[in-house]
Amino acid sequence: MGDRLHVETVEAAKQNPSFAKALTDLLFQLADDDFILAYRGSEWLGLAPHIEEDVAFSSMSQDMMGHAVMFYDMLEQLGVGKADDLAQLREAKAFSNAILVERKNGDGEYNDHPHYDWAYAIVRSYVYGLYKQVRLEALTQSSYAPLALVSRKMMTEHRYHLMHWQVWLKQLANSTADARQRLEAAIAKVWKDAGELPQLGPNQVDIVQFGLIAEEEELKQKWLTLTKDIFENAGLDWPGEPGVPQERGRHGEHTADLVQALATLSEVYRIDPAAGW
Amino acid sequence: MAQEELQLHEGLEATCWELLQQVTDPEIPVISMVEMGMIHKVRVEADVVHVEVLPTFVGCPALEIMKRNITEKLVEAEGINQVQVAFVYDPAWTSDRIALDARDKLKSFGIAPPPLDFKPGDTWEVACPYCDSPYTQMENLFGPAACRSILYCRHCKNPFEALKPIY
Repeated sequence: MGDRLHVETVEAAKQNPSFAKALTDLLFQLADDDFILAYRGSEWLGLAPHIEEDVAFSSMSQDMMGHAVMFYDMLEQLGVGKADDLAQLREAKAFSNAILVERKNGDGEYNDHPHYDWAYAIVRSYVYGLYKQVRLEALTQSSYAPLALVSRKMMTEHRYHLMHWQVWLKQLANSTADARQRLEAAIAKVWKDAGELPQLGPNQVDIVQFGLIAEEEELKQKWLTLTKDIFENAGLDWPGEPGVPQERGRHGEHTADLVQALATLSEVYRIDPAAGW
Repeated sequence: MAQEELQLHEGLEATCWELLQQVTDPEIPVISMVEMGMIHKVRVEADVVHVEVLPTFVGCPALEIMKRNITEKLVEAEGINQVQVAFVYDPAWTSDRIALDARDKLKSFGIAPPPLDFKPGDTWEVACPYCDSPYTQMENLFGPAACRSILYCRHCKNPFEALKPIY
């Protein structure tokens, strides 16, 4: 471990252009995943099954949005651009989030007949959350010290999200036949996209070689092991090898759902980028 | 000369710590940010004071308010013209950083303090801040602020909040 790369500061990162590029690519994946899923979570405001859940879902989305802000701030420090602009002014093809997090919450729109799918919300949040747990653990060993520190901090918050989804998963799995059937349908839907989560995109070789995070296969196996345990514990059938969507989100290929999300979430910022918040 | 300057800085730093005792958590007015264990370092350089703050939660919306409150309070100190507040993550804030005597202040405000020496795998048992009964139930892991949960005391029938153990 003695010769392991260890980059303490943003200045040091900038001195090595290939390191900075790999770090930037990874940070965009981390930021975009949390940002887009936090946005999807915010679309549940006022629509969750009961008021306590409204509070809980909003809190978790706020935490996740806070994590995205941290990652975008780190990109800003690296000189990539202003954090707010990175979040709100990039086109869909510049985003590197996984397709799973950009899918709409269900049929309809927030303001117009939102027939959202609660089981899908739970399974997506939980499956993503379990991967995020594995990813944060791996990041605590990152060669980029500021990233390792902030990941350690995020884990303290994230564990409460996992506890919350755990309760929902167990309850739906052991509730009525209708709940069970919706849950299973949601798992099948999430599972079609979930295999993309551990992918590290076009620059994966550098990302791993610079010691920024563990390699895809290791992340994937740890995540699957963790998820398998959780499913078994809730009495759910294991859905097998996770699929990957047609579009490759980590490569900037996205669905119309992301275009819609970005248009909505950045509408105010685009009208008046100088407005105080 | 250098010696005098050093003493002056140490004196100013002590003054800043005293003033910071008056800066309360924006959402829990009975407890100061010093008592919350959120002030990590205070360093004076010429007429500038640098304060390092450890956020309790990364996305806490009160961070900007804290920054402003700290700045407004510290410019009161004679010899300080500028305040630089930085949020840092090393060390990470944990709930064991809350001062022992501040835990009673939290209870008096109706907030159960987090358990001491909490470790992964431990069960979070919360006693009622009003009657100390352990006969409580979790209503919502997530409360009005990211760092708090909502509970109900089955003994004295009071709803209350608890600070989440962060470890």
